[in-house]
Amino acid sequence: MRKIARIHRTAIILFAGMPFFAVALAIAQSTAEHPPAADHFDYSELAKSPVKARARKNPKEGNAEAALIGRKLFAQHCAECHGAAAEGGKKAPSLLADEVQQATPGALFWLLTNGVVRRGMPVWSKLPEPQRWAIVTYVKSLRPLPPAQHVESDNLVKQ
Amino acid sequence: MKKLISAMVALLICGACISRAQESPYIVTYDHYLEEPGNLELEYFSTFGTQRSGKVFVADWMEFEYGAKAWWTTEFYLAGQSTFADSTVFTGFRWENRFRLLQHEHFINPVFYMEYEQINDADKLIKEIEGHDVESDHAEPNAVMRRDLNHELELKLLLSKTFNGWNFAVNPLATKNLSPSEPWEFGYAIGASRPLSLNASAESCNFCRENFIGGVELYGGLGDTESFGLHETSHYLAPVAAWNLLSGWTVRISPGFGLNDNSHQLLLRWGLSYEFTGFGERISSLWEKR
Repeated sequence: MRKIARIHRTAIILFAGMPFFAVALAIAQSTAEHPPAADHFDYSELAKSPVKARARKNPKEGNAEAALIGRKLFAQHCAECHGAAAEGGKKAPSLLADEVQQATPGALFWLLTNGVVRRGMPVWSKLPEPQRWAIVTYVKSLRPLPPAQHVESDNLVKQ
Repeated sequence: MKKLISAMVALLICGACISRAQESPYIVTYDHYLEEPGNLELEYFSTFGTQRSGKVFVADWMEFEYGAKAWWTTEFYLAGQSTFADSTVFTGFRWENRFRLLQHEHFINPVFYMEYEQINDADKLIKEIEGHDVESDHAEPNAVMRRDLNHELELKLLLSKTFNGWNFAVNPLATKNLSPSEPWEFGYAIGASRPLSLNASAESCNFCRENFIGGVELYGGLGDTESFGLHETSHYLAPVAAWNLLSGWTVRISPGFGLNDNSHQLLLRWGLSYEFTGFGERISSLWEKR
């Protein structure tokens, strides 16, 4: 009898424990029900990169192999949210936008490393540095600009 | 209901849903990286343990890990064990939550961990060592051990840093059996790991060096509020290795060696995990279409 009671109690607690999945799914659902409009995304996080980080040079800049590696890594880790061609999606902005393309490689590297946690972008410091630089190289290769046009990203952010 | 079933089937067979994440090799230790939001990771782990003055056992657990937010991961575990020449029993469940405390990367990155466990004394996962957990705790027959059911709250502070490709993680823990007479118990887990190569190759490959991550874990008990320290505690040193496959699977293996007479001599662990990207979005789209 005690055994049956214990089984019942376990079953009740098991089912009571399930709401965490419901909560998590509901949160995901609420995001999906109201997908942000394409112009909802702003790029102000780039402006938050420290000056020192923004000034960092990409050691793989102009390296064709690094761009190829970056393309592979982008497909594996980034395309799900930013789109296969970095055109943006429901969850994340386009990386073809001027704000991204004209940002310094250092600013992009900083953003990739730190993520934008409160807006859903995870930190990617778990990828080794050479791989993060390869992703930056690839992203910058999508709309190549002469180095002279790399300007401080905070000047570009729409106030 | 049909929609739900068809969505689940589609998720299982849809190759495009698979993400090749860079999974850590740790089995006991946690680093500060959480599940990507909306992703569901299914994990299965098994521990083979030797037992002096008792019977060897295999303890298994199934883990459902969901990225609710970029700063919040929630996990549900189901656990059981088979003791040779004894029986196979379900030992309980755990509900775990991890919360990232700081927005950006810092010198040390803290994550708060909170878990509720409802497990019986037959549990042999040894997912963490608490208080005075020792080998002899597992020597009794399952029929005796499974009688006592424990409700426990477990708190951890996950401190982790990745530097030059190396990850270092330290997890102090405190556990409270929710029975009022039980003391707080303490333990620790420390880990270090690194991919075999920091550079990636341009080709997609299973055997590229960057897909392999090696490391080591050290974990053990630190007594309780009544007798804090190393007296009558067990400790383990365990090399760990993970292989991240292109298909989305991650394979982990870890032979753990007991460091004193209170420890099992060998805990051989292995695990498989598989990550579904966009799981939350796909499920929620079922409601959107209505």
